Amino acid sequence: MANVVFNEPLCKGCALCVSVCPKKIVSLSKRSNEKGYFVAEVKDMSLCIGCAACALMCPDVVIEVSR
Amino acid sequence: MQKVFQKSALLTDTPFHYCPGCTHGISHRITAEALEELGGKQGIIGVAPVGCAVFAYNYFNCDIQQAAHGRAPAVASGIKRVCPDKIVFAYQGDGDLASIGMAETVHAAARGENITIIFINNAIYGMTGGQMAPTTLIGQKSTTSQGGRTAALQGNPIRICEMLATLDGASYIARVSLHDLKSVVAAKKAVKKAFDYQVAGKGFSLVEILSTCPTNWGMTPENSMEYVKNEMTKVYPLGVFKEV
Repeated sequence: MANVVFNEPLCKGCALCVSVCPKKIVSLSKRSNEKGYFVAEVKDMSLCIGCAACALMCPDVVIEVSR
Repeated sequence: MQKVFQKSALLTDTPFHYCPGCTHGISHRITAEALEELGGKQGIIGVAPVGCAVFAYNYFNCDIQQAAHGRAPAVASGIKRVCPDKIVFAYQGDGDLASIGMAETVHAAARGENITIIFINNAIYGMTGGQMAPTTLIGQKSTTSQGGRTAALQGNPIRICEMLATLDGASYIARVSLHDLKSVVAAKKAVKKAFDYQVAGKGFSLVEILSTCPTNWGMTPENSMEYVKNEMTKVYPLGVFKEV
């Protein structure tokens, strides 16, 4: 049981989190934030293992991880 | 459930102004986390550079002085001498540290000033629009080396770590990268170690962090990471160059 929370207004859609996720569950959504970037999201949170790889790679400290 | 990752208390809530995928943000985070592990924000004074990281004083939740271009090591030296019990760090890019600030950097290391410098090497001038830096690779295109840098016309890139490691005043000199998860974790350990050396009073410490500039390199953030891994680390090998 793990959970990641994206602070969407801060996301710049760089997709570095997408590239490091070992479970390949992070993707860029079709939803844009106020800055106009397509924000990252996890569609199926039940697959998340809470490794925090996405959070460690995020340049804008957008992601919070709990486990 | 317990939080396994959240923002460091040493970072403010101000959103970073950096371009998407710029590794300045990761460098800020690992620096803040390393400082947080050393103790409270009361004992820390930073020095911000001129360059993309000029607004670092908005992002670090500790006292920060903004220095003139390239002069951060001189300003940090002064602060450390007046406040020897504080942890003093300078955060500088390659245009700042290796070009206009080369003299200050080399002499701060030669004097063995007990300060820590976080040196961001992205091989280009980011803030001013992608001009060639002293650290630009041979063959790398920039707005002032449009056909790619050549040794004959623009000279060779400067390896700061190797150079500073020859100086007696330097105590810990290391080069790390941020191109993948493993290297990010290693980078944070190196930054922490540099601060540990300062706390132990061992003298000048510098960590060079190989970074990306997706905007001025004209690459996606992910391809920029590949470029660091495949091209930059060939010219700038990772490792510890001095450890006393």
